[in-house]
Parts: sequence; structure tokens; C-alpha cells
Amino acid sequence: MSSGATAVREGIGESARRIDGVPKVTGEYAYASDLQIERMLWGVTVRSPHASARILGVDAQAAARSAGVAAVLTAADVPGRKTFGLEFCDQPVLAGDLVRYVGEPIALVAAETLEQARQAAASVVIEYEPLRAVTDMEDALRPDAPRVHDFGNVLRHVHILHGEPETAEADVWIDGYYETAMQDQAALGPEGGLAVPAADGGIDLYVATQWLHVDRQQIAPCLGLPEEKVRITLAGVGGAFGSREDLHVQVHACLLALRTGRAVKISYGREESFHGHVHRHPSRIWTRYGATRDGRLVAADVRLLLDGGAYASSSPAVIANASTFAPGPYEVPNVRVEGTVVYTNNPPCGAMRGFGAPQVCFAHEAAIDQLAAELGIDPIELRLRNAVRTGSVLPTGQVIAGSAPVREVIERCAAMPLPPEEPTSGRDPISYPGGAGNVSRGESLRRGVGFAVGYKNIAYSEGFDDAAEATVTLRPSPDGPVASIRTAAVEYGQGLYTVLAQIVRTELGVEEVAVEPATTGENGSAGSTSASRQTTMSGGAVLGACREIAQALADGPLDEPISRTFTYHHRRTTELDEHGQGDPHVAFAFAAERAVVEVDVDLGLVRVVQVAAVQDAGRVLNPQGATGQVEGGTAMGLGLAVMEEVQLGDGAIRNASFTDYLIPTILDAPPIVTEFVEVPEPDAPLGVKGIGELATVVATPAVVAALRAATGRQLNRAPATPEDLVGLRGPAETAGRAPIPDVPGQKAIPEYLGLGLGQQELMKARE
Amino acid sequence: MIRTVVNGVEHELDVWPGASLLGMLRDDLGLPGSKNACEQGECGSCSVWLDGDLVCACLVPAVQADGAAVRTVESLAADDSLHAVQDAFLRAGAVQCGFCTPGLIVATVDLLEREPDPGDETIREALAGNLCRCTGYQKILEAVHLAAEELS
Repeated sequence: MSSGATAVREGIGESARRIDGVPKVTGEYAYASDLQIERMLWGVTVRSPHASARILGVDAQAAARSAGVAAVLTAADVPGRKTFGLEFCDQPVLAGDLVRYVGEPIALVAAETLEQARQAAASVVIEYEPLRAVTDMEDALRPDAPRVHDFGNVLRHVHILHGEPETAEADVWIDGYYETAMQDQAALGPEGGLAVPAADGGIDLYVATQWLHVDRQQIAPCLGLPEEKVRITLAGVGGAFGSREDLHVQVHACLLALRTGRAVKISYGREESFHGHVHRHPSRIWTRYGATRDGRLVAADVRLLLDGGAYASSSPAVIANASTFAPGPYEVPNVRVEGTVVYTNNPPCGAMRGFGAPQVCFAHEAAIDQLAAELGIDPIELRLRNAVRTGSVLPTGQVIAGSAPVREVIERCAAMPLPPEEPTSGRDPISYPGGAGNVSRGESLRRGVGFAVGYKNIAYSEGFDDAAEATVTLRPSPDGPVASIRTAAVEYGQGLYTVLAQIVRTELGVEEVAVEPATTGENGSAGSTSASRQTTMSGGAVLGACREIAQALADGPLDEPISRTFTYHHRRTTELDEHGQGDPHVAFAFAAERAVVEVDVDLGLVRVVQVAAVQDAGRVLNPQGATGQVEGGTAMGLGLAVMEEVQLGDGAIRNASFTDYLIPTILDAPPIVTEFVEVPEPDAPLGVKGIGELATVVATPAVVAALRAATGRQLNRAPATPEDLVGLRGPAETAGRAPIPDVPGQKAIPEYLGLGLGQQELMKARE
Repeated sequence: MIRTVVNGVEHELDVWPGASLLGMLRDDLGLPGSKNACEQGECGSCSVWLDGDLVCACLVPAVQADGAAVRTVESLAADDSLHAVQDAFLRAGAVQCGFCTPGLIVATVDLLEREPDPGDETIREALAGNLCRCTGYQKILEAVHLAAEELS
């Protein structure tokens, strides 16, 4: 219970205003790309044009003599560890002998102006011997495929066996094949940072990122510096969505700054941003579901292949997520999942909102619809009959211990009123599919309705202790007590700091709460702002600190500042055993969406008329912020459903711009009606569940299901393009299931090889 | 050397011939409110007024501002009070990461100066050139309606 004597404004449960709102609307908020300092140099990166090549030589002489140039660096200039990586150190800071994807960094230039740096970078001469590349994820599994790394192309294989899927008997079996495209996070703020050399030989780095401490843990060894000499401060983050989990400019800017003794800024443009961060894994998924005539799921057998690209990034965790959620949020007694993520010479893939869940949700929801049609059972009813609940056993053997109001989520979403039918003629032209292009007057409109339910984990999994530390200070002042929060947690737009302030207001009964700039300085790790985890984790830390302060206040008045630091740990999870059994996830959240679309079936143009969204949130701390997450997440899932695809040709991104990579505009975005189901998570601070990702997970399958209903076409690939919708292109085809690779066990292959560990090492070392 | 008036202040500047108006505002005049997110006029994050016309500053050569008046997002708030559109964006929850926000606010002010009480379709058409990746646009629509009410 709150220790606040009176109710404060803008506490828990209110739509408190963003605490970073005013500088964001005036233009004063300093994003990474806005940073400037006296005598600052500009850094530019030279990148590979080849998907696979041996580097025979780098001639930087002309570049070094170029006007305004202060330094040109290559792999030989990396003073410390030559590689980095979130989970395994398999990615070169600068490629030395081999390049493994188009866009891989090879050299760095620092110059007085950005234009001078760009001109010098263009004059770096690199001699390559092009090698045979592997740019198809199934090709990567062939015995004769070129090896992306010495140890082969399998990055991780997850095997889950539950019950007896081989011998299970069912009345009906359905088989399916699905593909999803590579998606870009397309955060509006491109990657950037400013590195400032310090008098002690260390470095101060200001950067837009998602986890300061894991950045530092990767940066310091590459610079050959102890961690305490690498001090990181969070710069303003213009969105992230997973794209900033991996390092981008960090080591590069620091290397140039340490070499030149001057501050160096690197700020990517949009094209370079496409090359400079990881993407959502493209997927191929083969499903087989068995059910009884009365609609009980008996068995699921899912084969899953993800393209990890050239380096590991967080792919091992993504494939584990995708595999454990593959059959969907349903009780299925007999399950087999074989999930593989491979290395290819495509750009690296890693974290993006949903983290493996969107791909499998696209597949399992399409399969459930197909099964419903086969059985003659209403698809909502089929979902309700099989939905998991508290106490259900998942394919990993994990029992859902926390809240799982899946039926309520489904029922409330299905019960929302449908938008009224509209006339097919005489409307405002802009309201037709493709309306801004003035191409339709509604001649061939078909309406369709689609539904999807999905789920995802909260926080990190498989034994990872991603604890969060926060410090709260309460100070007396003439106008009453004021509080401040000190945390290394990253705010990148989702509203974390506002929610943390709300917790302090309610717990301590103070209205004025400040959040200090996030640094590695005095702060312990807050963990990553990802995995829908910060409201639980940093919320838990702030809550813990507040309650300790409240206890101290019980002993006497607030005469001098009281400060408490609290570290919140979620309950421990376990790794997967040899059959993929264990207790891998902390908690689960569920969501359902219903999409109504209108398709011009002659032109293949789509208008999403409305999305109804219901999200299991545990407890909503800020209703406006929460609906904002659902709305934005839905738009991103809608993007993958109808337009978003990073197009590759021979491993090269063909559409690295906002002219060619389309994200939804305000013309594409439908009205979204959002409701929350609030059943508190028993084990979580304040009963919360993260809400950042699930709308994205379910929006794609809901929209594509609606497109199927409107067109009668199979549409087994996301995005569904105009060609797909008018039938110029048939369904995605497969020659059969991808083979199961021969692996020593469930862990990522680099782990068996003793490749340096990344963030796992950090957390284990601090246990 | 060019002469230009930015937010009412006269400047005489020696700009690099290849510089865009956006580069001049951000790098030479220290006005970073206009954002650089796409560099090709697709996202609207750099929306400013050039002699009263809404433009993407990334597409306009800096030299084109010679003899012209430029108005940016920095001109909107008075000393201690936000412009009604800025306040409406905050009240509606239309700001998340905020990177698109200055451009959207400029485009919204421009719309409401031309059309004080726009319907949804008019708003959608007017803001179609401003990308936002965080909000899904629903709260942006709400913000425009809120601002229109406030200004009426």
C-alpha cells in the first residue's frame, strides 16, 4: 500500500504527461544526431560492397592525405579485442581478412567536416577477391554450401519434444507453409553518437542505445581499456524497436576519438542506417496440426528456419523464443518443434519488437484458421476451445504459473462492435484503398475480417538473470519533499521514465519527481530496454527503493535526503534440456486483434478499415501510454502485413531508403480500438506485464487473415503484396521441410566452440 | 554569402554550396529542432516554412534561403508557453520518441493556418508526408483535433 498520506496527481493508473514531453515538442530534446561539441571531428564508415569476399589489401594513403582528414583506421588499428557481439564475439569491429555481408564496416575516416570525411572515405581503395556467397537460408544448410564461418552455417538449433507427436492420433491433419520477410525497425532517429577522449586516457561516449552496461562490456575490450575508463551517457533516442541492441557507432567513434585525441561524432544517414543495424529475421515455417473432429488440438509439428545473416547478434535467443512459442497459445499435448537459425551472407538479423514471436504467430494463426475451415468450426470458437490458461502445460513442459486470461482477451476482442459497412461509391476519394493515388472509385471493393491471438514472454529467458538496479532519493525542500530517480535504464520513447516517476509519486506521495540522465557512472545495470521488461524490472527496482525509503520515514521525519538503491531480480528460469524441456520463461502476456480490411481486388490495394485490439496487461499504469504502445505496435505489424520488406539481391539491400522501404503513413493507419484485460501478474511488481511488443505480434496475422477473407487467396507470405492480392503471384512454395541439422545440443554452436560470450557473461559474472 | 531571416533574426552566412537548408539550420545556425531522418523528402521530419510555404528542408539548397524568410519549430513556443499545437500533442499522447514530432507539429500548424477545422480525411492528406514509427498516428489525429478546438 502506498505510504503517501494523500493522493498525488499523475500517480499510478493516471495518464500522466510525459516527463520528457516539453523539450520534444519544442525541438530542444537532444538526440544523438543533434550532439555537437567544439573542435569536433566527423567520422564516416567505409563498408563492403560484397556479400562474401577476401580482403587482399586496403590502401588508405590517398584518403589519409585528403583535405581535413585526421585519421583513417582499419582492422589493424583496433587495439584490443578485434570482435564483439551481444551473445558471442563473432563480429569484427572492422573486417580484416574477410567480409561476410554487404555493408560490413572495413575502415573508418575522421575529418574536420562531414563532407571531407565522406570524400576521403570514397578514396579508400580496397582490393577484394569475391567469394561464393550463400544468401538463401535453405541453401545454407546444404552440405556443399559456402561456409560463412569456419565452423559452418548452423548458428543454433532448438529441438522441443513434448508428449508423443509421432504416434498421436487425430481425426484431421492440416499442413501449412509460411514465409515472413525481413523487416526493418525504421526508427526515425538514425544511429549516432559522440565520443570524447578524456584526460585519464579513457573515453566519454554519448550514444543512442538500449542497454548502457552491455554496450560498455562490449566496447571496453575492443578499445583495450578497463570498463571504468569507458563512461557512457545516454543521448536522446529516436526510437529503437530492437535496432539499437547491437553496437553500431560505439566502438568506431571511440577508436577515432582515442586515435585523434579529439571528439568524434558519427551520425548515420538513412541508407547507412539500413546497413548499420540488425533486422527482423526472415522466416520459413512448416506446420502440421492434428485435431479431433470436435476441435481439440492433439498434435503440432513445426519446422522453423530463420535467416540470421552473417553474425550471431541475438539470433540464438530469437530462435529459442520462436521455437517455444511456435505452436501458439494453445494446449497441445503432443508437440515437436525443430527450430534452426543459420548464418548466411545476408545482413545480420537480431532483435526487433516481438523477438521471434511475430514469425511463428503469422504461421500458427493461419494454420488455426485453416483447421477451423476444415473442421467447420468457427475460428474464434476453435481458439477458445484450445487456449491456454493458468496451469496449462506449454510445449517446453513449463506450467503457466502466472495470469493467462487468454479466453477473456479473445472473447472481448471478438465482441467489439464491427465498423459499419460503407457505401462502395460516392465516398471521399481518399477513403478508398490507394485513395491518395486517386486510382479507385470503389469499383471492386471486398471487405474481409481476420482474427489473431498470440503470446510472448516478459524479460529475458533460459536462465538469464537480467536484474535491474535503480536509486531513488527523497529530499526535503521548502515546498515539500521532492524525489529523483537515478537509473541506467534507457528511455527511447515508450514512456518508461514517465511510468517510473508515477510509481514514485504514488509510493512516496510526492508530486515532483525528476529522472537524472542515464549513465554508467554511479549506476549498476538496469538491463536492456527490450523484451517488454522495463516496467517490470526497473519498475520493480524503483518500487523496491521507494518502499525502503518509506520504511526509513516510518522511523522519523525527512530532515535530510534519504537515498536507497534497490536491485530487482525476476524469478529464476532454466535452460532447455536435450528435449527442449524446462522452465525457460519468466511470465507471459497475451493479445488478440481483429482486423477489418477493404481490398480493391482488381488493383490489389488495401485499406485497413479498423483494428480492434485487446491486450493482457496485468495492470495498466498509464492508460494513455499503454494505448499508445498498442496503436504504434499495431501499425508496425500492419506494415509487415502489407508493405514492409527489406529486399535483398545477392545479399545487398535493394531498398535502403524511405522512398523504397515503405512504412505506414497516416493514410495507411486505421482507427484502432484498444481494451485492456487487467488480471495482475502475481509474481510481478504492481502486477504489471510489459505491453510493448504484443500488438506487433498479432497485427500481422490478423491483417493478413482479413486479406484472405476479402480475396479468397491463400496468402501464406507476409507482406501480402498487390501482386499476391490480385493473383499475379501465387502462394510461396516449398520443396519440403528444411532438414534438421546435426548439432551437439541445444546451445548456440559458438558456445560449444568457446567463442567469447557477450551479455550472458556479464550477468553470470555478477551473480 | 547569403542573407536570410530565420525565425525573425537576420543572418549573413557563408555556406558550403552543397549544403541543404536543413544542414544550414542544424549545423550553422544551431537550430537542431528540424530533424534529419531520411535525407530525401520522404519523412517530413525536417518540415519548415520557406517564405510561408511548407518545405522539406533536406530537399532545399541552403542558397535558396538567400533573401528569404525561414520559420522553424523553434519559433512556435513563446518564452514560457507552448504553442497550442505543441500542447495538444502532449495532451493527446501523440509524442513517443519525439523524433518526428517537430516536423509533425510544423505541418499541423501549417494545416490549421489554412484550414482551422479539418476533418479526418483532410488531416490524413495534409500529414501524409510525415512519417511516425512510434504512435500509429491515432493520437496524432486526436492532437490535431484538440489543437483545432483550442485555436478556434
